[in-house]
Amino acid sequence: MTAELYRTMRTIRRFEERVVDLVNANEIAGVTHEYVGQEAVATGVCAALQRDDVITSTHRGHGHVIAKGADVRRMMAELLGRVDGLNRGRGGSMHIADFALGIYGANGIVAAGAPFAAGAAWTAVQDASGVVAATFFGDGGANQGILHETMNLAALWRLPVIFVCENNGYAVTLSQARSTAGSLIERAAAYGMAAEAVDGMDVDAVLDAARGAVERARAGEGPTFLECRTYRFFGHHTAERTMKLGYRTDDEIASWRERDPLLVTGRGLGEAVRAQIDEDVEQLLDEAVEFARQSGRPDPVDAFDHVYASGLRPRSGVAS
Amino acid sequence: MRYQQALGKALRDEMARDPGLFVVGEDVRESLRGVTKGLAEEFGANRVLDMPISEQMFTGFATGAALAGRRCVVEYQIPSLLYLAFEQIANQAQKLHLMTGGQAKVPVVYFVPGSGARLGLAAQHSDHPYSLFAHAGVKTVLPATAADAYGLLVASIRDDDPVVFLAPAAALPTREEVPDEPFVVPLGSGRIHREGHDVTVVAVGHLVHDALALADELADEISMEVFDPRTLYPFDWELLAASIGRTGRLVVYDDANRTCGLAAEIIATAAEEMPLLAPPKRVTRADVPIPFAVELELAALPSREQLAAAVRHVVREEVRG
Ligand SMILES: Cc1ncc(C[n+]2csc(CCOP(=O)(O)OP(=O)(O)O)c2C)c(N)n1
Ligand SMILES: [Mg+2]
Repeated sequence: MTAELYRTMRTIRRFEERVVDLVNANEIAGVTHEYVGQEAVATGVCAALQRDDVITSTHRGHGHVIAKGADVRRMMAELLGRVDGLNRGRGGSMHIADFALGIYGANGIVAAGAPFAAGAAWTAVQDASGVVAATFFGDGGANQGILHETMNLAALWRLPVIFVCENNGYAVTLSQARSTAGSLIERAAAYGMAAEAVDGMDVDAVLDAARGAVERARAGEGPTFLECRTYRFFGHHTAERTMKLGYRTDDEIASWRERDPLLVTGRGLGEAVRAQIDEDVEQLLDEAVEFARQSGRPDPVDAFDHVYASGLRPRSGVAS
Repeated sequence: MRYQQALGKALRDEMARDPGLFVVGEDVRESLRGVTKGLAEEFGANRVLDMPISEQMFTGFATGAALAGRRCVVEYQIPSLLYLAFEQIANQAQKLHLMTGGQAKVPVVYFVPGSGARLGLAAQHSDHPYSLFAHAGVKTVLPATAADAYGLLVASIRDDDPVVFLAPAAALPTREEVPDEPFVVPLGSGRIHREGHDVTVVAVGHLVHDALALADELADEISMEVFDPRTLYPFDWELLAASIGRTGRLVVYDDANRTCGLAAEIIATAAEEMPLLAPPKRVTRADVPIPFAVELELAALPSREQLAAAVRHVVREEVRG
């Protein structure tokens, strides 16, 4: 188990590091939000889920999507905007989705996916399918009204939802101390749901807590709120490094890096096992980048495809 | 059958046909707005969900259920509540199919059983926000009559995309024969309520009835064709082009604000693509929040007198050389 958890975390870490290089090389358009430092959260939570279980993700979504089992080759192709991307090049980093794996999408709007989890969870209860839904959001997302509206309903109706707050201390440059009154755990507890703080740098602790939450959800005991305390080692997004922002210190980053979840979990594996996994991951990601680069670029004439599920063609920008 | 009853019949027929269809909204079990009355008793409380006053949440909840395979009708008590839900409709539900490269579909109807002004409800309860949704490319439906309300609600529910469905408050008391057997009015099909050869008047929602009354009044003087788009996005441009092909003249009678309203789009498209013989005109709401006092409210809304003046003006314009 530990080896598999490590493998997932290592895949996320190296995926992100390669993404940074590809963004800097302009092979990936725009910016991406890296998950580096937070790997234990997605990995621990998704290890407690089954294939059919649902997740909703965030702008910082690559880790969740990888941990839920998405094909990194098709993810990478999506980031490069290619036809073999998971979203056929229509979504990119902030909208990656794979409905076959219950991945209801990364989301460019903070906390906007939370009610999707409630709707999917309610449907699961109606269908008696046993499916649970986990919704990821940040400490910033914890201040969104829609999240609280969703927590209220999920607790009221005892829906099988797991609220996974990834508290990395900042919403872009705004620290939690400057944004948030009271305690997140107490907020959640006030809705009458189970709520616990978890060491988000410790994958075993996250997995334990997530298993408890999944068990409660499947048993009909309602939602759980997990505040996973974690840290992002990189900037808010790839472009931050050029922006000279002063909202946190190098010392602070260094002190969290001592608790790097990959180091902590890697140490427990033994050198040979770890080195083998690292090598496997490198090979997988070499393939992913190669696959993405080989994949075709979309044809501009297809820009109006996939707008309407009914097949309706949208109006174009010039009169015909 | 009254318009409102036709809406209820459409919901009942579709709930009977599709066991996965459910309704969410505020006070929908008791049915404050009348359309969902009796549905909980008939189909079960888990098909008709009373929601806390959390419009953003229950709009997104419907998306989640839709992504999990359901169809849903979301009722909003007030048209302006769509502003609260706008992000979830225009930025989430509407874009999910594209953003996921065609993986996701969101067959949800956003239903306002009483949109637009109803005299005396003042600024925050009198909006008629269809132009916003058409602008965002969301399928937008605005039936004028009972049978169209029935057929379009059925079509909207069966459609695989998000659909905003606004029943104009002022049309709710109108009556029209509605066949007993289920039927569909396809989205994107307009209706010519009255043929005429001097001018095409495009009227939307309850204003269709007003335009028809005016056509009667002016019958000896002007032959007015009354065109009801029924669906604002997609719009039946072909039928409109055919109508303008016959009349060569256009007036749009629209209950949206003037600036960037639906009328602007119709006139722009006609000017670019259709054989107009004379400059068109539009009669719209003023760009004014609806004031409370009845005299002021009426002054801000488009009126039959304004329409009559516009029609006369456009018909008398010299043919362009
Ligand atoms: C509703 C909304 N407001 C603002 C933004 C711009 N924005 C993107 S990410 C972000 C910070 C989010 O912080 P947090 O939820 O803590 O997530 P983190 O970036 O730390 O993972 C902001 C303000 C947005 N995408 N959505
Ligand atoms: Mg944060």
